[in-house]
Amino acid sequence: MNFDEFFGNFPALTITGLEQGAIYALVALGYTLVYGVLRLINFAHSEVFMVGTFTALWTWEALGYNQNSPAPAFGPLLIALLAGLAVAALASAATAVTVELVAYRPLRRRNAPPLAFLITAIGASFVLAESFGIGTERAPFGMPNLIPQETLFTVFGAAVTNVQLIILGVTLVMMVGLDQFVNRSRLGRGIRAVAQDADTAALMGVNKNRVILLVFVLGGIMAGVAALLWNVRYGYTKFNVGFLIGLKAFAAAVLGGIGNLRGALLGGLLLGVAENYAAGLFGGDWKDFTGFVLLVVLLMFRPTGLLGESLGRARA
Amino acid sequence: MTATVEKKRSGGFKSRWAAMPKQVRWAAIAALIVFLYVLPNRWFYEYLGFPVGSEYFAFYTTRSDFAGVLFDTAVFVLLAVGLNVVVGFAGLLDLGYFGFYALGAYTVALLTSPESRFGTEWPWLAAVPLAVMVTMISGVILGGPTLRLRGDYLAIVTLGFAEMIRLYAQRNEGILQGQRGIPGIPHPPGTGSDGKPLFGVVDARPYYWLILTLILVVILLVRNLANSRVGRAWVAVREDEDAAEIMGVPTFKYKLWAFAIGAAVAGLTGAVFAGKQTFINSDQFLLESSILVLAAVILGGAGNIKGAIVGGALTWYLPEWLRGVGDLVGVEFDAAEYRILVFGLVVIVMMIFRPQGLVPNRRRAAEFEDRRKEAVPQETVPSE
Repeated sequence: MNFDEFFGNFPALTITGLEQGAIYALVALGYTLVYGVLRLINFAHSEVFMVGTFTALWTWEALGYNQNSPAPAFGPLLIALLAGLAVAALASAATAVTVELVAYRPLRRRNAPPLAFLITAIGASFVLAESFGIGTERAPFGMPNLIPQETLFTVFGAAVTNVQLIILGVTLVMMVGLDQFVNRSRLGRGIRAVAQDADTAALMGVNKNRVILLVFVLGGIMAGVAALLWNVRYGYTKFNVGFLIGLKAFAAAVLGGIGNLRGALLGGLLLGVAENYAAGLFGGDWKDFTGFVLLVVLLMFRPTGLLGESLGRARA
Repeated sequence: MTATVEKKRSGGFKSRWAAMPKQVRWAAIAALIVFLYVLPNRWFYEYLGFPVGSEYFAFYTTRSDFAGVLFDTAVFVLLAVGLNVVVGFAGLLDLGYFGFYALGAYTVALLTSPESRFGTEWPWLAAVPLAVMVTMISGVILGGPTLRLRGDYLAIVTLGFAEMIRLYAQRNEGILQGQRGIPGIPHPPGTGSDGKPLFGVVDARPYYWLILTLILVVILLVRNLANSRVGRAWVAVREDEDAAEIMGVPTFKYKLWAFAIGAAVAGLTGAVFAGKQTFINSDQFLLESSILVLAAVILGGAGNIKGAIVGGALTWYLPEWLRGVGDLVGVEFDAAEYRILVFGLVVIVMMIFRPQGLVPNRRRAAEFEDRRKEAVPQETVPSE
């Protein structure tokens, strides 16, 4: 254990952790939304994120950016980012909806047992990942460096970069937006109703299938945003990039209490920070390992998470 | 229409099979087993009249060593038979099955290899029972807390566990030696009639025979278990856990049993694998393989040992065979590249249209049919 490293870099580790945790949190929202309504671990959600990273990259390439192009001025940069965001969010949402329509809905119609759903989800996940893997020849792809990282200010000696601020800012905006949408809008009321009791909600005139579609769309959009942030921050993607992020995001969702929107944010940030502390203590190699240990231990001993499972109960 | 025809046909085979005299059935099974044993021998094909040296007969894999493919297939079948206990009999979804396989392989490697930090250098045979024990105990440790939870959490915990083992093996430079792996694992013991060791490096046939024998033994054990009190408890748990508990079935105990037995079979397979490979590292235990084994069980028909065998054989053997067929017609076609994609699709389609699998277990097929009847007809739900 390396305590010098840990305490010396404590603020920096915290900030990096929050930044990574924000991306986990956005992906975790997709798991939590679907789980809250369907009681289903949407295993294919990690691939929804992966599709987002690729489509954003392709958008940028279509706009004429490549790995070596210089950082654009503010105007073109904004256009590139917004275009990438729109395409990634759309593509991710479309992927999520496709999985729902092709894989899950037929199962619901047949009243399949829960395990059948999970197995199908895994199948869908592998089909998506593999078709991108075969299509891209399993190569990693670099991103155009749209926003060069620069330090804006320091907190307790830890540098805070512009990219980190963007990631945290966007995550908070998306989070608050989603929270307000679910808790205040008419459609959000439908989501909460189905999450609470699907049959009763159907009797009260809520169109269950439409609510489920909406949930997949929302989760997909969040994953698309996360994908864009990932591209800006990490600058690469690969066909299996979703796997690790997906599992960690799932761990984050469970940590906060799966089915609980605010829990997803809390869980994501906590997981990101915990991972980075572990990296500081034991060395960077052990970061991913920590995520899995946390996931396993958590599910074994506190499966309801920190804030409890409640999409339906939140301000019912 | 086709479904009813199919049903009749399979029912026909089943009833004709059951109507045969016992001796005939035993003879048929014995013949099948003998056939499987002679399968990798070249003289067998020459005896059948294929030209000497020709490799283009029906089920030979031309692109890779046939005995090697048979060994890998047999490994897969054994894993599928083991996973079938967990997924098929008890209805528990285990996504990290390869984690136990890795655990078995690493236990053998650590105990036997001269390169291992343990320095014990046991013979292979002595390490195998211990590997089985270790995996079984780890199954209990992992299953203990999680089997009280819902099924989907168990799936994720097992998945996390398998990745944990792989990542640990990859990163740990001390004992497990990271990606360099552990070389120098001894082969199984035994001397052939010519005085050479029975289990060598070049010839994969003895390993195939070894694992085939193990498959037969495991099938016998598992079959008896499935037909016993334990098996009935598993079925009860799978069909309705709450009802089973109320009827006095100690569900937790039997779930744990299923989990531990499945883990032990995986550990045994891993131990044999380590003995053939003589070298293991973390790259041999990817998550994809866990999923492939699961796909094999689902494809064949969960809950049915025959189904697991068929599924396991298809998932590994078919892509290898197709590679060779592609060569014959002059197409460069690497079926193994598409393996996971295809089996992902197969799993989705099967879950929708034939959730009971290719060779279904009758009772399990009835369970699916029951649930389907209970489904709320979607048309009656108002659309607005």
